[in-house]
Order: sequence, then structure tokens, then C-alpha cells
Amino acid sequence: MNYHSRKLLKLHLAPWRMATVAGLLLGGLIVVTGRAFYLQGLNTDYLQGKGDAVANRNLTLPAHRGQVTDRYGQLLAISTPVEALWARPADLRLSDAQRAHLAQVLGMPKGELEKRLVGRTRGEFNLRRPLTPEQAAEVAAMGAPGLVLRREFRRYYPAGEVAAHVVGFTNIDDVGQEGVERAYQNWLAGRAGERQVLRDRHGNTIRDLAPIKTAQMGGNLALSLDLKIQFIAHRELAAAIAQHKAKGGSIVVLDAKTGEILALSNLPDFNPNNRRDYQPGAMRNRAVIDTFEPGSTVKPFVAAAVLERGLVNPQTVIPTPPNFKVGPKLVRDEHPHDSLTVTEIIQKSSNIGAAKLAMMLTPEQHWSVLERAGFGQLPGSGFPGETAGRLRDYATWKPVEQATMAYGYGLSVSLLQLARAYMAFANDGEVMPLSFLKREPQEIVGERVFSPAIAREVRTMMEAVTQEGGTGTRTRVPGYRVAGKTGTAHKLVDGRYAPDRYLSSFVGMAPASNPRLIIGVTIDEPSDGVYYGGSVAGPVFAQVMAASLRQLGLPPDAPETETRMTQNLVGPGGGA
Amino acid sequence: MSRLNIVLAFVLIGCALAVVQAQHRSRTYFVELERLKKEAHALDEQWGQLQLEQSTWANPARVDAVARERLGLVAPSQDRIHVETRADAP
Repeated sequence: MNYHSRKLLKLHLAPWRMATVAGLLLGGLIVVTGRAFYLQGLNTDYLQGKGDAVANRNLTLPAHRGQVTDRYGQLLAISTPVEALWARPADLRLSDAQRAHLAQVLGMPKGELEKRLVGRTRGEFNLRRPLTPEQAAEVAAMGAPGLVLRREFRRYYPAGEVAAHVVGFTNIDDVGQEGVERAYQNWLAGRAGERQVLRDRHGNTIRDLAPIKTAQMGGNLALSLDLKIQFIAHRELAAAIAQHKAKGGSIVVLDAKTGEILALSNLPDFNPNNRRDYQPGAMRNRAVIDTFEPGSTVKPFVAAAVLERGLVNPQTVIPTPPNFKVGPKLVRDEHPHDSLTVTEIIQKSSNIGAAKLAMMLTPEQHWSVLERAGFGQLPGSGFPGETAGRLRDYATWKPVEQATMAYGYGLSVSLLQLARAYMAFANDGEVMPLSFLKREPQEIVGERVFSPAIAREVRTMMEAVTQEGGTGTRTRVPGYRVAGKTGTAHKLVDGRYAPDRYLSSFVGMAPASNPRLIIGVTIDEPSDGVYYGGSVAGPVFAQVMAASLRQLGLPPDAPETETRMTQNLVGPGGGA
Repeated sequence: MSRLNIVLAFVLIGCALAVVQAQHRSRTYFVELERLKKEAHALDEQWGQLQLEQSTWANPARVDAVARERLGLVAPSQDRIHVETRADAP
């Protein structure tokens, strides 16, 4: 059999058909090859990008803001992740029982929840932020579609209003707005990191594609505050303001040895955890930002100035006639005396006496003492917005101004500044730099304002203020010797001194033998009839000082006075 | 010569398998590391929340309120406090 020879099976193909088929096949091959070359060789980025988009992920590594604590590590501010509940109405299919359960978990009436759920039909809205961890677990267990849990950081202030003015607060973007949160923003803020990873189809990370940029957590900050003293100060201040129907007030507790601010509180206050009722006035840290005319609390500086120059000694008798005039102005005492010793001028807070002492000095000498004590200069606490107060250049002083300046009118200070200046008396003439941060004792260098002898002499004079016959008998602390000075200043209203509006203050220190604490108190416009500094601000001082000394466990330096508490309700006056 | 080639081929296969094994181990360890990192992160967050809870309970304002209202405690008056000084105190 030879098939090839059979005629019937002979293939009669026209040559053009062969050529056409071969041409088509070849053409197809060229197209495919060309396309492959195009995709693989020329246009790789596109497909590579698509592939990477499926498998590669850029992750941001969240960094939280640092903690703020008091000097013993008690929390004052912390950032912690919380779950927020969002609803996506498009996917939301909740049965009636589920709605009831959700309403119960969120603790809101069922009707209100339903109103909120039907209120919107597109997009996403948040139902509740933040959830408690228990609520979050309950919602997650429901597993209902359309309910989304989102994780976000929230800043909490466990101490609430007690430390609100010092700690401050952050805004919604975690940027400090007030107080320490603002002053140390750069230190507290964290820097988010980034990493590029390869993922499998289950979403597990398999490999790092690039070096990880680690997240930098915000630094922690230990403040100089002592939360217990801070709480006591806040409580006593609030009680006194309520009792005397005052407009506001401030208190500062300083460590006289180190310049650390152990407590600082103002009223009115605000709750940093809940700022829905935003009132700018209440957020102001009055003790640092507001200034006032200090009144009699500057008299010890005048006394120090004349003692320093050897013009008088504490026992020198100064005549204090009730008709004493400086230029056209009659200087008045509320409780006149014919003559007083220098100690008694401080003890009874005589304006005439203080003015007479001041007139022994040239304006320049008077100014230089106030300037050295830090009046008219920033106190250097680093607090945002701290004020320098006002102390005019001595060249512009008129004699009458020099006289009024001796009893605290014509210059202005902040409470923090005043308390800092008293450190000169408390710390044997040396003023330590203020600090809102806890610090080690060895790092401080003080600034000498008075010689130790002068500082002790003035301190002894200020101790007389708290003894019988002084303006501050209600500032005594059982078991301890206390030195201090009362102040009662008329407030400036529309450029005139209001006869019935006062700022009552007291600045003092204890134990007087070797002061450890300085406390300054101001009460703004007490309006229940009592307004002397010794009677309004004094008792706050005494309460806070007693509790703080006990808290610090300082040994008493006057044990025999333990049960001798005076009960006089209205302190004797003078210009106090 | 051909015997050397065969030996080298076996060595090559051995090396290839070792590479596979090492790669696999590296993946496993990496997954484990990721899991532990996540756990550390979760613990860190939990610690923060516990700190917050602790400080909320220990807040002096709350302790004060509980002591006064629930336990009925009062602060002793000043004259009933006697401060003792330790003999060795400075």
C-alpha cells in the first residue's frame, strides 16, 4: 500500500492558502511576543505597582504622648487608647433585640439611640466616644455589621480640676494648649514611626521591606507638685472662697530650699477632662498670669532695705503721727499709734511707719531692693504667659509714689513672683530659681538678695506678725513658729481705688527657725464683711501649712505652743 | 572527574535544602516576633489603663470624700494632734 501514490488522497492545496495560514500564525506570535515584551520590559512599573499594592503595606507606628506625674509619680496626665463606637448606616442591620441590647450597653434610652441611628443614612458617624473597655467588649461580642470600633488615643487628667491650672490641657490634635502641656510640648509629644512590610493573603506580616523607623514615644515629665499638698491647698482655698463669697483666689506653696513649686491652685477652676462648658476666664492661671498691687506684703522689703543700710535697727522707735503727709497726700493707718518700733511697724502693718522708713531711702536705693527681690522681672518659672509685673524706673518716681510704694501701691506683682521674693527671707537671703519640674538639690544655684543676718532679722520681725498684737494671729500653726505678712489692698476699679473692693493676701513661711515652706494666698473681693488679709487669707495659710508640714514630717520647732490656739475671729487691723 | 561532579551535585542539593529550611525558620521566627510585639504593645496599653484606673481610685479628692461620707471620718482638731520628735532627728 502506498498512500502517497493514491490519487484520491493527494492533497491539492493552493500555495496561497499555506502562505496565509503561516502568515496568520506568525503574525499572532509576533503580537503576543510584542505584548509580552511591552509588559515585561517597557511597562513594568504599572504591574509591579499593582502587585505591591496587594502585598505591601505602609504601617504607621503610633506614638503616644508622655505622662505627666507629680513628684512622687502620681499620675496627672496620661494618654491611653480608647475605643470609639462608629456606625455605618449603609451596613447597619440591627434586630429589635440587638437595638435594645446596644442601648443597654451604652446606657442610653432606647428611643434616643433609635433616633440617632435613623437620623442619618449615609457616611459614618460616631455613636459614643470613648467607650469603657467593658462596653467595647460587649459591642465587639455583638458582632453586628455596621458597628465599627475605632481605636484612638485620649488624654486623661486623673487629678481633674485640682491640678488643672498647672498641668493645662491639649487640644483634639494632642497639642498642648495651656500650662505644662504647652510649655513642654516638644518633650511630651511623641513622633509616629513607619514601617514597610510584605503581607501574605491572610494579612500576616511576613517581611520588612525597608528599615523600620521606630516610633518615638513622648517623654515623661515629673513635676515638682506634691499632689497631696496640692489637693489640700485647693480644698482649703475653695472653702475660704465659698465662706467669704469671694470672686476668686490663688494659692502657691513653694519649697523654700529648692524653689520648687509644691502646689499652685486657682479658683475659679475647670475640669480638663470635660471641656464642653468652655470658659476662658476659669482656665487662666491667675497666680502666674494675673498681677495685683501687693499692698502691705511689700513692707518687709522696705524694712530690709533700711536695716541693710544700718539706718535703723529693729528696736528703733519711729514716730507715726496720724497727720503724716507726703507732699499733698495724707498717709493713713486704720489703727493709729503715736510711735512704733520698726518691728511693730511690720507687726501692726503701719502704712505711716512704712512710708517713713521708705523716705529714709533715695528712690534708687528703694528701687534696687525691690528690683533685687525680682519685682518687675519675669519670675522664670517657664510657665507660658507668666508675667513680670510692673516696677517703674526710679527716675520717674515722685516722693508720694515712693511713699505709697512702701505699702504696696503703684507697683504690681503676680502671686508666684511675690512668693518667690519671700524666699529671700526664708532661705537666709538667697532666692532659688523657681521650677515646675522636680529637680535634684545639687543642680541649683541661688541668687543672693540679702545677707543672712538681714534675712533673719526681717524674719524675726515677720514672726511678730503672728504673735499677740500682730495682724496675722489667725495664721498660727500649732507646734511650729510661723513668720509672714498680711496684705489688704484696695482694688483699682476704672482707674480709682474702690473703697469696698479688696484683695486680701497673706504670704508666710514655716518653721520660722529654718523655713522649709513658703505659702502665698490671695483672695479676690471677699464680700461677707471680713476683708483683712489676716482674717481671710490667713486661715487658709494656717490650714494648708499645718497639713503640709505634717505631710513632709518636719520636726516642730515650737512644741510648747501646741495647744495654744487663739480664737480671736477678727484680726486687729492697721493698714494690713 | 565524574565522581567529583556527582558529589558536588549532592552538596549543591544539600545546600539548597538548607537554604529552604533557613528561610522557613526565619519566616516562623518573624511571625513569632510580630505576635510578641503585638502582645507587648497590648500589655503596654493595658498598663496605661491600669495606671489610669489606679490613679482615679487613689485621687485625693475621692479618698477625702469616701473617708468623710462613707466612713464618717473627721480630721482631728489641731489641739488633738501631738507631734513627736524623734530623738535622732536632725
